[in-house]
Amino acid sequence: MSITEVSTAESRLGSGRRITNDFSIQVATVNGSGSQTANTVLMRAIFQMGIPVSGKNMFPSNIAGLPTWFTIRASKDGYIGRKKELDFRVAMNPETAREDVMKLESGAAALYDEPLKLDGLRSDLHFYPVPFDKLVVPVCPEARLRKLVRNMIYDGVVAQLLGIEMEEVRKALFKQFGARKAKAAELNWNAARTGFEFAAQNLPKKDPFRVERMNATAGKIIIDGNAATALGCLFAGVTVVAWYPITPSSSLVEALIGYLKRYRIDPETGKATFAVVQAEDELASIGMVLGAGWAGARSMTATSGPGISLMSEFAGLGYYAELPGVIVDVQRVGPSTGLPTRTMQGDLLSTALLSHGDTKHPMLMPSSPRECFSMSQDAFDLAERFQTPVFILSDLDLGMNNWMSDPFVYPAEPIQRGKVLTAQDLERLGGFARYKDVDGDGVGYRTLPATPHPAAAYFTRGSGHNEKAGYTEREDDYMNNMDRLAHKLDTLRSYVPAPRVEYREAAQIGVICAGTSRYATEESRDQLRSEYGVETSYMRLKAYPFNHQLSEFIRRHDRVYVIDQNRDAQLLALMRLELDSEEIARLRSVRYYGGLPIDARTITDEIVRQEEL
Amino acid sequence: MSTTATLPPKKVNRIGLEVQAYKGGKTTLCAGCGHNAISERIVEAFYEMGIEPWKVAKFSGIGCSSKSPAYFLNQAHGFNGVHGRMPSVATGAILANRHILGIGVTGDGDTASIGMGQFMHLLRRNLPFIYIIEDNGVYGLTKGQFSATADLGSKLKTGVVNDLPPFDCCALALRWGATFVARSFSGDKKQLSAILKAAIAHRGLSVIDVISPCVTFNDHEGSTKSYAFMKEHDEPLHEVDFVPSFLDISVEIPEGELREVAMHDGSRIRLRKLARDYDPTSQINAIQALHEAAQKEEVLTGILYIATGQPTLMDMLNMDDQPLATLPESKVRPSPKALEEIMEELR
Ligand SMILES: Cc1ncc(C[n+]2csc(CCOP(=O)(O)OP(=O)(O)O)c2C)c(N)n1
Ligand code: SF4
Ligand SMILES: [Mg+2]
Repeated sequence: MSITEVSTAESRLGSGRRITNDFSIQVATVNGSGSQTANTVLMRAIFQMGIPVSGKNMFPSNIAGLPTWFTIRASKDGYIGRKKELDFRVAMNPETAREDVMKLESGAAALYDEPLKLDGLRSDLHFYPVPFDKLVVPVCPEARLRKLVRNMIYDGVVAQLLGIEMEEVRKALFKQFGARKAKAAELNWNAARTGFEFAAQNLPKKDPFRVERMNATAGKIIIDGNAATALGCLFAGVTVVAWYPITPSSSLVEALIGYLKRYRIDPETGKATFAVVQAEDELASIGMVLGAGWAGARSMTATSGPGISLMSEFAGLGYYAELPGVIVDVQRVGPSTGLPTRTMQGDLLSTALLSHGDTKHPMLMPSSPRECFSMSQDAFDLAERFQTPVFILSDLDLGMNNWMSDPFVYPAEPIQRGKVLTAQDLERLGGFARYKDVDGDGVGYRTLPATPHPAAAYFTRGSGHNEKAGYTEREDDYMNNMDRLAHKLDTLRSYVPAPRVEYREAAQIGVICAGTSRYATEESRDQLRSEYGVETSYMRLKAYPFNHQLSEFIRRHDRVYVIDQNRDAQLLALMRLELDSEEIARLRSVRYYGGLPIDARTITDEIVRQEEL
Repeated sequence: MSTTATLPPKKVNRIGLEVQAYKGGKTTLCAGCGHNAISERIVEAFYEMGIEPWKVAKFSGIGCSSKSPAYFLNQAHGFNGVHGRMPSVATGAILANRHILGIGVTGDGDTASIGMGQFMHLLRRNLPFIYIIEDNGVYGLTKGQFSATADLGSKLKTGVVNDLPPFDCCALALRWGATFVARSFSGDKKQLSAILKAAIAHRGLSVIDVISPCVTFNDHEGSTKSYAFMKEHDEPLHEVDFVPSFLDISVEIPEGELREVAMHDGSRIRLRKLARDYDPTSQINAIQALHEAAQKEEVLTGILYIATGQPTLMDMLNMDDQPLATLPESKVRPSPKALEEIMEELR
């Protein structure tokens, strides 16, 4: 094995630096080895010490045997995006150990399974060998459990080395196992203590990283975006759910099913106030969603890119026939096998314009669990208010990773069910014209099937209908209807969540992003300011179609950087469809498309390059 | 003063509606198309059963057949969906409002090719729904290509011979979960009418495959879905009579000549024996009969299979009796306490 010579960095080893609450730990294990629990406990323990923290799981498309990495970032400044630099390695996977160590920053720490003998690889790291197999035997007499329990040993070792309080590890661990698995919790706790003791006696502290108690997480919760969206749907009063499993959206529906069973069984009748159907594919799930929406339910499905592609024809029908429904797209990387378990914002263009004909769909773009919660409620209200399918564009990073969040706020407004005429309304009005723009907002009145009135019925079909829902192939009828639909989407612009905008007086450049790109973008703005003295204005888009603020923002800056987590600058492309040429000329693109959550350094470096700083 | 002739009282059904209330728009299908006759039977059946038309919702996919929901029951909501995917739309709608009486019209192309997946899964779920396949062996609307129900060796007008075996949608339906399976012929008014009424009374999924000749593309010599072919090869299993629950007729049943099937709503299906004594409650019987008939080039018509009292999708989902669509906010939005409880668990 060769030793990489990094002489300048080597000198950092003994410099006596002390880096507190600002580093990333990455644990490398094998999929299916049960490391998820140990990682979550570690993350929670840091969180419980009041330190802002984030956890990102990078896992393979595989059930057991392939490498997986879990990255915990502690940040006193509250940065919770991915940190490009890795500071503390836990190397448990022999397959990747070498590369895992080579990837580290100079001066980083590497805790490893002793037999892997990694300490010869580099001279600019702090190595900590731990004989896991020896340590686990006395703790766990049952051989078949050792593979799982040995992970908890590294929790103890890391706690000792970083100064994580063992009492917090214990709390996190027992919370994780719950009362029903008290015996397993006890076993794992012993393992953690063993690791802690071992490190105390055998591993003198060499690296600069440590945690210190803060008070920045009081009252906060830890939740993944999928569970947050599920909660949003629950509190939005969802009634019909149709889905087809696909990573990274399955856990959303699974969480939702759990909550529905807990909170939506009528205590008087013992009956469900919801229906969940696992459909045969995504064509069927969106068909069910639209059928249910047509008949008056609050209906939803969750999927990812491949499912969105399959839903295309129905999405167009939903647009033309004006059917409410909520579709959550937890975006992931491209088609078929390869990187389906990696993150991407790759469905922006295809979803906004999903289907054939002149179609355009509202999309909400949450960036945090809180927004997952609130925007899924918004989505149902918008879908019914505007009688159209509404998409929520989340991504794997947001959906499947654990995020620190302020607790959710109970909805302040009652549920909005939109323009639905009852039998009494029809009696009073004497009838109705389904597709007539009575109120000037482009939205007609609808009736639900089984409304007990002879004038209630109308016929729903795709492209050919006049105001009274009569069949037509006339050019003027078609165009009038299409113009009304365009007007409806225009009205909607001022009902979707408005972008977050931050103007800086001195800023000549602006930065625009959407969804989870915000974390890296916001951190990058700080880097640009502190490292290069460059001020930036900021716009975070929360929805499509965009509102008037977008043009305004662009016009106030010489250059505007649009951050995209895809190769082809899809967010920028969507803007180009709506902006004039003078505005378009100011747009620049920053893209990352490697399958990991975008990081601040990548953005900063790219802006610096284009700005020629 | 001139005397005004009093008109004879208008004919109404048991809920006081005239047949007019069950009619639809004017058909745009070809004159003589089997599908039109089926629409007429649907009008009749709902009228005679005295169903409030507004309780019904009509669904279809794409095809000439799928256009026909516009030609019956104008007072019922209708949904003309996309090709082959009507089952999912109907499933969603009926889940949203279980009080809807759903009827779907599809074609052999719409069901047995592009829609095969949704059809099969509809079967498994035993959705309370009437699913009518207007089966003409061709794609009418795209001008006469073979469908997957076209018989082996049958010929297109152009002389093209079909060399693939057909799917028998009834065989599929009864094997994979439909609880009412029938085959009929658009030209057999009496049988089709009785079958439709029985399907309306049935609680569960009814699949009715109706041979419905396409006069424009598949009614020639060499077709096995033509009027002429059906005249020759239609082999009724029994004479079907439907006695609705609201008609309280008690008739002596002559021993051995009639089979009676009691339905959950109190109505009865009476099957009068013809050439054989056919038991429609046995799946095995039905499959065997279909196989034998296919070998003899017979088209068996009648009620092939019925199972009453099977759990429907709603039962399986333990759903509230009230329509989900109109549950009040108090029933669908959990309390602030619930949210607080969940938040506490996540701290
Ligand atoms: C996705 C899609 N593919 C193809 C078509 C074209 N298409 C329209 S109707 C039809 C076949 C209809 O056949 P069938 O269901 O047997 O109805 P019929 O006209 O014979 O009554 C096809 C292929 C379509 N509308 N949509
Ligand atoms: S083409 Fe055939 S199926 Fe279509 S309307 Fe004419 S006869 Fe009927
Ligand atoms: Mg056909």
